[in-house]
Amino acid sequence: MENKSTRSLYMIPYVIWIAFFVIAPILLVLYYSFQDLNGNFSLTNYQNFFTPIYLEMTLSSFWYAFLITLVTLLFAYPTAYLLTKLKHKQLWLLLIIVPSWINLLLKAYAFLGIFGTYGMANKLLEAIGMGSKQLLFTDFSFVFVAVYIFIPFMILPIFNSLDKLNATYLDAANDLGASRWTTFRRIVFPLTIDGVKAGCQITFIPALSLFMLTRLIAGSQVITLGTAIEQQFLVTQDWGMGSTIAVFLIIFMFIVMFATGTKRRRARG
Amino acid sequence: MKQLVRLAVVILAVCGILLFTISRLNASQGYSGNNTLTVYNWGDYIDPEVLDSFEEETGITVIYETFDTNEAMMTKIQQGGTSYDIAVPSEYMIEKLKEEDLLLPIDHSKIPNLKNIDERFLDLSFDPDNKYSIPYFWGTVGIVYNSKQLNGMKINSWDDLWNPTLKNEIIFTDSPREIIGMGLNSLGYSLNDTDPHHLQEAYDKLVSLKPNVKALLGDENKMLLASGEASIGVVWSGDASEIMSENEDLDYVLPEEGSNLWFDNMVIPKTAKNVDAAHKFMNYMLDPKVAAKNTEYVSYSTPNEEALQYMPEEMVNDKRFYPSPEQTERLEVYENLGPEKLGRINELFLQFKME
Repeated sequence: MENKSTRSLYMIPYVIWIAFFVIAPILLVLYYSFQDLNGNFSLTNYQNFFTPIYLEMTLSSFWYAFLITLVTLLFAYPTAYLLTKLKHKQLWLLLIIVPSWINLLLKAYAFLGIFGTYGMANKLLEAIGMGSKQLLFTDFSFVFVAVYIFIPFMILPIFNSLDKLNATYLDAANDLGASRWTTFRRIVFPLTIDGVKAGCQITFIPALSLFMLTRLIAGSQVITLGTAIEQQFLVTQDWGMGSTIAVFLIIFMFIVMFATGTKRRRARG
Repeated sequence: MKQLVRLAVVILAVCGILLFTISRLNASQGYSGNNTLTVYNWGDYIDPEVLDSFEEETGITVIYETFDTNEAMMTKIQQGGTSYDIAVPSEYMIEKLKEEDLLLPIDHSKIPNLKNIDERFLDLSFDPDNKYSIPYFWGTVGIVYNSKQLNGMKINSWDDLWNPTLKNEIIFTDSPREIIGMGLNSLGYSLNDTDPHHLQEAYDKLVSLKPNVKALLGDENKMLLASGEASIGVVWSGDASEIMSENEDLDYVLPEEGSNLWFDNMVIPKTAKNVDAAHKFMNYMLDPKVAAKNTEYVSYSTPNEEALQYMPEEMVNDKRFYPSPEQTERLEVYENLGPEKLGRINELFLQFKME
């Protein structure tokens, strides 16, 4: 009995936190989303959302978030795999995580310098004979910087699941004559899929609402739902429309979470 | 882990001690007394020495805070968390603040220095008889360009920006009214035109400009233009003069078709606690010598006619930043369009960015 009451005692901070900082704000956003410019209850904001402008914006947000997640995954999985094979793997892992301790804004400004016309990246391109290119304010630089920022968050869960992988399975596969590719496809990848899903979630969801990078690195030529929310609140001061976009963003996030959610049916080996 | 916790505790303790010391020091200097004035202004928009001398002369302690958009400022004033005694909004925002009943009327008898202000800048449509606002600085929107990088090319009008040789050369200020306004102006329409057909025309014309657009940025544009990252920028006049002081190859031009003329005025928000000090501050800022010193620091254009004689001649005679009355005639002041129309402009602007 006592065990149960102490447990509910421990629940109090959690419940308070969830109520004030998760549920209450979402309810407020919902409430505002049903208000038009004059503060009357209406559905106009939702009607507005289904006009070409916002649909196109949603599509482009999803496209860029998808691209960023895909590229991040392509770099993160081999890196995580390599890390598990190294001698001082915790140290190497730490070195990958350290840059994520630096403020995002500082990193973005650093890239303004690196990718600039007279920046380091262009000097390098010239040195290898490719000539200087316009790097800043392109889709390439936007995806590059976003991938750079998200990569530690993708590596971490994949590394954990790879590290926990039981090596005897690989030996068994080998003994039974599976090629390396088959082993990876049939054994390693399925057993680490939870890590991949967690990494994709942690990348895709924030990537949907990136807004600072869209201005600093993409020169405002990439518009995400996050940018639109910022403009509605700060420039137009249409809190209703801003909230409506936020509501859709929340819905999209739940869909993504649901689609990539881990089903805990099997007992973990 | 234990060490980490210990380290965190030490850092917190040091911060706490420092904060306490600061608050004691402030108290001993009278900061927490009643004789304070809270000023809410744009970032980097006053000479700090002017604030010091105001404190010395009047014994009033100034608490200075900054904002970076009119809208953010209005939101903070509305919420009333801090009781600002002075704020410096732009003209269309003054109209809006008046509508929302957030301003206190100004007692002109307490501001004798008002006589120093050029009549051109008094009694304007956004605030008849200057009942609620006193001019602080003014400026324009125009084109800053690096003729050296452009092989001596001259730019005189908005239409020049559509030149196909300028591919990927232009940086814009990330601000809806400036950009849509540019489209309207280049078609010969008014900046405040809200006719849906005209807006659509302006939008279509802007889309054809897209190949020349390098980026739309905030304050970073100053750094990038000065360093030659792009050769053309559409900016506010004060930013232009700042960029030009860093790189002499750049020149500023007011486009032929017309452009925006703006005013930043001092107002007293309704939440003010020290209305008397606010009047003293306004009067002090209008003193010719003070205004001259402040203008040299801020590098925007002063509306203070008497101050001009205390300023360097090349600054006053610079027609780019002190355009003659004939020149300002083709410039327009933004009107407060109301949320629906502003929303439409904003949507077109987002669409333009996505193209």
